[in-house]
Amino acid sequence: MKTYNIIVLAKQVPDTRNVGKDAMKADGTINRAALPAIFNPEDLNALEQALRIKDKFPGSTVRILTMGPGRAADIIREGLFRGADGGILLTDRAFAGSDTLATSYALAQAMKKIGDVDLIIAGRQAIDGDTAQVGPQVAEKLGMLQVTYIEEVLELKDKTITMKRRLENGVETVRCQLPLVMTVNGSAPDCRARNAKRIMKYKHAKTVTELQKENEDYTHMYNERPDLNIPEWTVNDIETDSSQLGLSGSPTKVKTVENVVLSAKDSKVITAADADIEAMMLELIESHTIG
Amino acid sequence: MNNIFVYCEVEDGHVADVSQELLTKGRALANELNCKLEAVAVGTDLKGIEKQIIPYGVDVLHIADDKRLYPYQTLPHTSVVVNLFKQEKPQIALMGASSIGRDLGPRVSSALHSGLTADCTSLVIGDHFDRKQDKKYDNLLYQIRPAFGGNIIATIINPDCRPQMATVREGVMKKEILDPKYKGKVVNLDVSKYVSDEDFVVEIIERHVEKSKINIKGAPIVVAGGYGVGSKENFNLLYELAEVLGGEVGASRAAVDAGYAVHDRQIGQTGVTVRPKLYIACGISGQIQHRAGMEESAQIIAINTDPEAPINAIADYVITGDVAEVIPKMIKYYKKNTK
Repeated sequence: MKTYNIIVLAKQVPDTRNVGKDAMKADGTINRAALPAIFNPEDLNALEQALRIKDKFPGSTVRILTMGPGRAADIIREGLFRGADGGILLTDRAFAGSDTLATSYALAQAMKKIGDVDLIIAGRQAIDGDTAQVGPQVAEKLGMLQVTYIEEVLELKDKTITMKRRLENGVETVRCQLPLVMTVNGSAPDCRARNAKRIMKYKHAKTVTELQKENEDYTHMYNERPDLNIPEWTVNDIETDSSQLGLSGSPTKVKTVENVVLSAKDSKVITAADADIEAMMLELIESHTIG
Repeated sequence: MNNIFVYCEVEDGHVADVSQELLTKGRALANELNCKLEAVAVGTDLKGIEKQIIPYGVDVLHIADDKRLYPYQTLPHTSVVVNLFKQEKPQIALMGASSIGRDLGPRVSSALHSGLTADCTSLVIGDHFDRKQDKKYDNLLYQIRPAFGGNIIATIINPDCRPQMATVREGVMKKEILDPKYKGKVVNLDVSKYVSDEDFVVEIIERHVEKSKINIKGAPIVVAGGYGVGSKENFNLLYELAEVLGGEVGASRAAVDAGYAVHDRQIGQTGVTVRPKLYIACGISGQIQHRAGMEESAQIIAINTDPEAPINAIADYVITGDVAEVIPKMIKYYKKNTK
């Protein structure tokens, strides 16, 4: 039976529901260290789609590719707990400050090192930016076809895949040939839960950097169990043109950032008196909020 | 060369609202930059489509008309736009932040190595001084958008790469015909020079487009009612206000459960999430589940008889009063102060 080689592009994101004052750095980029980090929700939908293909076609492999700081290895472990076979952490200071295009470039170069795959599956968008750009941008850089907003894979037969897309105003069923970059919608099925046995099996999965930090002598274990080593690629492990990396390789720059304080608004408290209501309506008309 | 381009989505012979809105914005930006506004329409049977596009003040409309170009598909539409942009070298390119624009935009930006800012809420022309390079940039496009779950507003610029690309959601900009008799040029593209047969690799087996009649998600103004509105009849006041302001009516879960409004109007964690310019919460206490679906609204008005309602904490205007008394006054003073 045919088996499939699948890469899931995933991102560790700051949990934007808990943003504090120190969330942004002076240069306008995100201070990730100050925020709780989670597996981007739609990337989990993407992982589930990959795992379903693996369920149907045993022998298929599902690996996670993520770019981020060292602690992003957490989401590779999370993926292992839920059924992935492995993952690669792309991490280097040279990638810091990347916009979506520079991110896509680095991911595409990493994909070139990984080699041919049947499917690259990503979440539609990440909650820290909501751009939905990285999937299509990676596809373009690799010269691959993309199909976005997938809700369900209806059929996979050899190289022919049939999928349901969920669009703003409807649905579309499309068929094409692999290889393919697919982005998955949040309306697709949720990812399966962590599996207790897999947690036991993979809780010690670590990157080299993490092993060095712990300074514990587990060397024998990692030699016997190569699947516990999470590969960690730096800029030296992939072929790159440094002018396309990181902050300097990003066409878009953050010029300014203003904080929006949601929780403690300076409310104007007014009464139902005519004068109050009219003054409010005038303010709203003047600020072009209405009218 | 160096003009502003708007990609126009065409569905069923109609130019999408979001594209019309961007044409209006594009015209204003073109005036400010003293350049031309150009548009591109890609599809099938586009004869006469210029009548829907040129009146927005479009100087040049490029049409790629081919029976294979509708419905939208990623690769052929990308090829048309990328090749056209390589040839025409626009300084700014705008697309709708729609299912199509969000599929096409990143593809095009990646091919042209150009920056793209998604979901802009405001587009402004401005200058920039780069201290590191000691270099001044004139007339850049400020791409302003909420980021980070709406907790910050970021101004993004694209100093060196062209075009400066941005997507904008439907309803964010206003559409306004400039001149029904505006004189613009139509250029019919030789599609075979822009698209190759290999671009047509996706087979669309079935397509079901349903325009939802209730569009609270895209509404710039939402008038939402809660259990405190009191009755289905009182909800009519909300419809009246929404109609006058050009908005839609939403409801809290409690109001839907009470039968005051249909489920399609429910806002909140288990309903729709809205981010309108203005959210008018009528008789809504503001439980966290409701707030999750509307707290990113740019401005919030809370009308409540209870001065301690949780919604008041996130409101810009807190009106302590009865919905049935306040709404008619809002309508009255809106009409009085607008033409």
